[in-house]
Amino acid sequence: MWVLLGIAVIVVGFMLRFNPLLVIMAAALATGLAAGLDPVAIVSAFGKAFNETRYVSIVWIVLPVIGLLEAFGLRERARAVIDGLRGATVGRLLAGYLLLRQLTAALGLTSVAGHPQTVRPLVAPMALAAAEAQAGELPEAEREEIKAWSAATDNVGLFFGEDIFLAIGSILLIKGLLEQYDVIVQPLQLSVWAIPTAIAAFLIHGFRLWRLDRRINARRAAAPAPEGAE
Amino acid sequence: MITLHWVYLLAGTAFAAFALLGLTDRTNPRRARNAIFWGLMATSMWAGDLLGDFGNGLLVIALIAIGGLGLGRGTAGEAAPALRAARAARHRGTLFLIALVIPATALIGTFLFKHLPALVDVKQVTLISLALGVLLALAAGYLALRAPLLLPLEQGRRLMDQVGWAAILPQMLASLGAVFALAGVGEAVGAIIQLGIPAGSLFGAVVAYGLGMAIFTMVMGNAFAAFPVMLAAIGMPLLIHGYGGNPAVVSAIGMLAGFCGTLMTPMAANFNLVPAALLELKDDYGVIRRQIGTALPLLAVNILFIYWFAFP
Repeated sequence: MWVLLGIAVIVVGFMLRFNPLLVIMAAALATGLAAGLDPVAIVSAFGKAFNETRYVSIVWIVLPVIGLLEAFGLRERARAVIDGLRGATVGRLLAGYLLLRQLTAALGLTSVAGHPQTVRPLVAPMALAAAEAQAGELPEAEREEIKAWSAATDNVGLFFGEDIFLAIGSILLIKGLLEQYDVIVQPLQLSVWAIPTAIAAFLIHGFRLWRLDRRINARRAAAPAPEGAE
Repeated sequence: MITLHWVYLLAGTAFAAFALLGLTDRTNPRRARNAIFWGLMATSMWAGDLLGDFGNGLLVIALIAIGGLGLGRGTAGEAAPALRAARAARHRGTLFLIALVIPATALIGTFLFKHLPALVDVKQVTLISLALGVLLALAAGYLALRAPLLLPLEQGRRLMDQVGWAAILPQMLASLGAVFALAGVGEAVGAIIQLGIPAGSLFGAVVAYGLGMAIFTMVMGNAFAAFPVMLAAIGMPLLIHGYGGNPAVVSAIGMLAGFCGTLMTPMAANFNLVPAALLELKDDYGVIRRQIGTALPLLAVNILFIYWFAFP
């Protein structure tokens, strides 16, 4: 049962925000020592596994392509596409952004959008403008809520889109781990199984955005009629 | 025959270029450290098979030491916004098409190369196709955009420095899994968990696995770190070996159950707290509050998906 020490080390280490690389090595040492291995054997076992799982880190060979495209304005193009959603209701705007974020992440373009790149400069202000066009001036609490919805939508789109792209860290981590247990899978076999969840994520979050739209619209109905109206 | 070895040569070359180009970035005060770090990665890719197990272990310790001290990040090399906007207006859809080359090649190659066992190592078709896709996308970039020769590597170096030591986290966790497997961690946790799950209840085991992924992720703030633990504890001994579940489904959807946990925890500060600050929200947890309503039903869906799809 002492081999469980490694799990405790990794949980506590991550919780206390130590450098994750150090935590992982400490967990490996604790586990190995508890299992009666000597330090040289543990370092060798870790080194052997590190060498055998090198393909996990080959995802980074895509960076020169991403960097090239970003230098030629890929992010600016992505922003122009998002800008095309202007004029929609707040719910539809965010649902459209969710779909765009999932699709681009599924192509491996995780960094064309994001909180600093698109949410703050573009999506959040557009969502606020759309909501105010629907319901008139909004109280501060609801403005906050709309901004939070914008950030939440970005996270949901990224998390449940990126695993469809097969050269992403999580997919190759899974492949590497399974191989340690002598199970061989192709990255593509893993990434196709991200598709059902991606669809479910769009439906669930999209439904909630639709309800947000209805709630915002209901505010207008409940609010006193603006000047000049019947 | 084209094997993974060729892909490692390519990746080693990329890391070596990141290391050398990084040395010229005078805006990065720690450029020497970065160069050693990426240089070690290049060494591993190129010569890992010659170093021996203990040699590789020492290389890992060196990576951890440098990563633990902290890498730096420069500001050099970013294209000016006005230039990017002008280029974007000129090339428009071409940029997305070039981006599409990588996944398209990986997809087509995976199916095509399976039928060419004399030419390509069929066990690694996807990764070889991915590398080919990168080369094709670069060629398309040079042709369609008339990019300067060194620009992709220079820009790639800049992005690599932004990722920093976190780049090797997945590989480190995969290696930790090997030590867990060697020490029999799975058997030990499995024995405990099996006390808590009604004997012979497949559904109970799936629920424990999915919830465990989400909860461990919330505690650690990182689904990548939670995954080796849950795979060793329940996924491998119980779901895959015990009940004969499909390992691809169990692990792929299990990871996504972990991502549901990421949506609900302040420990994942990058995704949940930093945006709240960036958007100047008064409530630090405002983003998390909006995410819980999606994360909980989606977690339930993921658990059902594992139950349905992994055990036909």
